[in-house]
Amino acid sequence: MAHDHDHRDDHDHSELSEMQLRVRALETILIEKGYVEQAALDAIIEAYETKIGPRNGARVVAKAWIDPTFKRALLDDASEAINSFGQVSPVGSHLVAVENTPSLHNIVVCTLCSCYPWEMLGLPPVWYKAAPYRSRAVKDPRGVLADFGIKLGHDIEIRVWDSTAETRYLVLPMRPPGTEGCTEDQLAELVTRDSMIGTGLARTPSETNR
Amino acid sequence: MNGVHDMGGMDGFGKVEPQPNEPVFHEKWEGRVLAMTRAMSANGGLNIDMQRFSRESLPAKIYLTSSYYKNWLLGLQQLLVDRAFVSADEVEAGHALRPGNPLKHGTFTLQDVNRVMTRGNFDRQAPAPAVFKLGERVRAKNIHPQTHTRLPRYVRGRVGVVELIHGCQVFPDTSANGQGENPQWLYTVSFGSCELWGPDADPTVKVLIDAFEPYLERT
Repeated sequence: MAHDHDHRDDHDHSELSEMQLRVRALETILIEKGYVEQAALDAIIEAYETKIGPRNGARVVAKAWIDPTFKRALLDDASEAINSFGQVSPVGSHLVAVENTPSLHNIVVCTLCSCYPWEMLGLPPVWYKAAPYRSRAVKDPRGVLADFGIKLGHDIEIRVWDSTAETRYLVLPMRPPGTEGCTEDQLAELVTRDSMIGTGLARTPSETNR
Repeated sequence: MNGVHDMGGMDGFGKVEPQPNEPVFHEKWEGRVLAMTRAMSANGGLNIDMQRFSRESLPAKIYLTSSYYKNWLLGLQQLLVDRAFVSADEVEAGHALRPGNPLKHGTFTLQDVNRVMTRGNFDRQAPAPAVFKLGERVRAKNIHPQTHTRLPRYVRGRVGVVELIHGCQVFPDTSANGQGENPQWLYTVSFGSCELWGPDADPTVKVLIDAFEPYLERT
């Protein structure tokens, strides 16, 4: 019976449909009660899918690499510095930028849930929100970095920032070597999402050409 | 609460597995759940601390085995029922059957969207001067409230140093229960790895948490 066969093969799809139905049911209730407008929900999703992502953070980092005054302002009060920079959408309060140096590497985690600087980096990836990262980052950050293919010498201090309140942390990665002649736009291309979480390093120009 | 959400320092969850070119949402419904949660927060229905507490309060087995956004849906649904915006029979029926609690800020509309894309401000007027100073040694209290707290288990009883003072902010422990903002001073406290994980830990690692004043005591 072809019909039954389709159903068995379609197991995953049925699971998805169940979630879709449950979510649609709740949305229907909220709309019928006048709590939310459907178009407003659509607009939130569209903003996260198209406007808010690590490009924002990358522009800020690139600016900090070429402009020492901006960098000082960023490390002093990141929210204020970014809002006066004006090249990215406005950010709210409580953003703190932490700087990587040859002797210090910063990593950001949220062991209790999934706090992440959304305005700078967009929504967090699955691994950031999942148990392996949340459990290990504070106890074995070098092991976690190894999962990302990064090996740091023991002469480098590691600071793990556990986002347990409303403060949000943005890592200012080190400017890669060989970028002396790069423009701000070219530099922004080198700034990866993971480099601003601390689980990666900014790319060198030759890495981006690969 | 000492729930499974408080994962810092646990073993046995395996390797971190980044997914290359991960989409923003893996399924369409995930975005709907995120948007509904944001909207019901912006219209004054639920605050962020209530949302976190609701997800933490899911049965441990569900919390650990469901996807991130499934936990968000279950947490949101439960919270809407708990706060009488929606009732269980409506969830079952998939339709509104009666009016729910009124919202503080009314319907969340298209005009409100830009406002939620910028984070809110949690700073509040300080009721008293800060007790601790920059550079001061402090101990995280050995407390185990059954309700919501943002003091992770792995620092409780451990001694650290005040690195930053952020000002006075909404206190999640009371905000999560609907018991008010009860503003408290917020500090960043750094802990040496050996203080947290014993003498065999990597001495080149420091862990920093944001801790509200009621979480801390003098050494």
